[in-house]
Amino acid sequence: MLEVRNLSARWDGFAIDDISFSVAAGDYFVLLGPSGGGKTLVLEILAGLHPATGGTVLLDGREITGSRIQDRDLALVYQDRALFPHLTVHKNIAYGLAAQGVTRSKRLDRAAELAGQVGVAELLHRRPGTLSGGEAQRVALARALAREPKLLLLDEPLSALDIRAREKLRALLRQLHRAGNTIIHVTHDFEEAVSLASHVAIMAEGRIIQMGTRDEVFVEPRSRFVARFTGVDNFIEGEVTEAHDSSATFVADKATFQLAGAGFVGRGYLLFRRRDLEVHRQAPSPSPANLFTGRVVDLAPTRSGLEVRLDAQGLTLVAHVPRRQVAALELELGMEVYAVLREGAGRVVKA
Amino acid sequence: MQLAFAVLGGLVLLFIVAPLAGLFFFGGEPANVVAAAGNAELRDSIWLTLWTSMLATALLALAAVPFAYLLARKDFWGKRLVMGLVDLPTVIPHSAAGIAVLTVIARSSPLGQAAAGIGLDFVGHPAGIMVAMSFVSIPFLINAARDGFAAVPERLEKAALTLGASPLRVFLTIAVPLAWRAILSGFVLMWARGMSEFGAVVIVAYHPMTTPVLIWEWFGAYGLSYARPAAALFVLVCLVLFILLRLLARERDDA
Repeated sequence: MLEVRNLSARWDGFAIDDISFSVAAGDYFVLLGPSGGGKTLVLEILAGLHPATGGTVLLDGREITGSRIQDRDLALVYQDRALFPHLTVHKNIAYGLAAQGVTRSKRLDRAAELAGQVGVAELLHRRPGTLSGGEAQRVALARALAREPKLLLLDEPLSALDIRAREKLRALLRQLHRAGNTIIHVTHDFEEAVSLASHVAIMAEGRIIQMGTRDEVFVEPRSRFVARFTGVDNFIEGEVTEAHDSSATFVADKATFQLAGAGFVGRGYLLFRRRDLEVHRQAPSPSPANLFTGRVVDLAPTRSGLEVRLDAQGLTLVAHVPRRQVAALELELGMEVYAVLREGAGRVVKA
Repeated sequence: MQLAFAVLGGLVLLFIVAPLAGLFFFGGEPANVVAAAGNAELRDSIWLTLWTSMLATALLALAAVPFAYLLARKDFWGKRLVMGLVDLPTVIPHSAAGIAVLTVIARSSPLGQAAAGIGLDFVGHPAGIMVAMSFVSIPFLINAARDGFAAVPERLEKAALTLGASPLRVFLTIAVPLAWRAILSGFVLMWARGMSEFGAVVIVAYHPMTTPVLIWEWFGAYGLSYARPAAALFVLVCLVLFILLRLLARERDDA
């Protein structure tokens, strides 16, 4: 349905470079990445608010790269909603229909129907200034849907909401997706992507780093950045030098890891969570398979204990010390310690 | 410090209010004002002043409001120069403005001849009065409307465009309603400024006489005490109209 090829642009300090992706009808496509990565710029270029310096955008086979905003047949919901403050909720929702030449009574009927669908039927006569964040977002969604656009573009639709409102809106977005709407959703929130996306593109510094179905991206992250997003704290680049049925050797810099298996030989990434790395003051005996020495370079308290960052044999490793052990270990910055990767932990993905 | 500033502010207010108060105190006895209101020449001049200034403002607004929108929204080469040109009428002496306007619309000028071709003579005609009034007062409308449009978040207009509205529809349904207060305020300022214009009007059209010209004439011919009730009446009419307009604007805002 939507085909973006080699899109480049620069605007107001943001830049995107060589962005290509496609969205099929019925997809829920999440563009995930940190703030300042150019995600919103991509949306705004799709909507026609900014010009692209290179590349093409095709919607249902028709090139719209240079089309006028009002001719694009896709609807953008702004992060701050951009509801028209001088119009009632009812007229806000009906606004796009007026532009299509729908008669007044028909468009007001249709707006009321949409308001019911998004759960703001009782707010029709209110002004936007009197709405809560969640209500305003629902109105903005209804307003965007009124024209039945081919594609719905959402810019951080949940970011300004409290947790309860956010959960309810997620449910609404899922419902809109199930109803057949094709959606592109920009966010920096990993949870949001996991709970909504059918497809994900990870974007940082103006480029797409990884893209695929939700499971492809989150189960097999291919960069430290994506791994961190998915909650994997240790993402180590290296090589599988040996792989057997139930054992494998992974070498990264000066460190060697003995693993339960890899399934391939060659360049790859080793992934494990910080909970899978134990910290000891003395070398445990008998000596476990994956024992490393390292220096404590950072200590950060967490809800359940202490996050310890180690400089270990050329690698930066992140470990977790449970609360009950924190006092006994008496860790300090600069201290030399031992780190052990739990048996069976760690998995490798092919580079 | 606050007290000192308040005292200074009070002095400035007194400076503005005192002459007006004096006008009513010395010339504004109800009997005098009523007598002045009975004068057909004065009544006609007030009516003439009101409708010419109002019509001039309304006609010019048709072009000035879109122009103000352009100035608020678009950056173009020479924009600063254009904005300077817009302000020009406010900084030149109004008698000079009158001479300038007269030069362009006089019977001997190309424009004057063209107008004569369709039977219109600006000089000594309400049309000439309107041109003179507009020339000196149009900056107020343009600047106020421009500031009003600039204060409308462009995001809202973009949002309207993404909803399929044409730029003209966006202008009429989003920009103008949201800048309405500023536009109205500019409208009132332009109208008031046009209504009170003396220098440019007296040069372009001594006759028919607008009230400022008439007051001046009466002052010259019959003296202060004769001109004063006329001035008081005119000020009174202006005040009532402006207060009404402000109230109207507020009501619309609250609606």
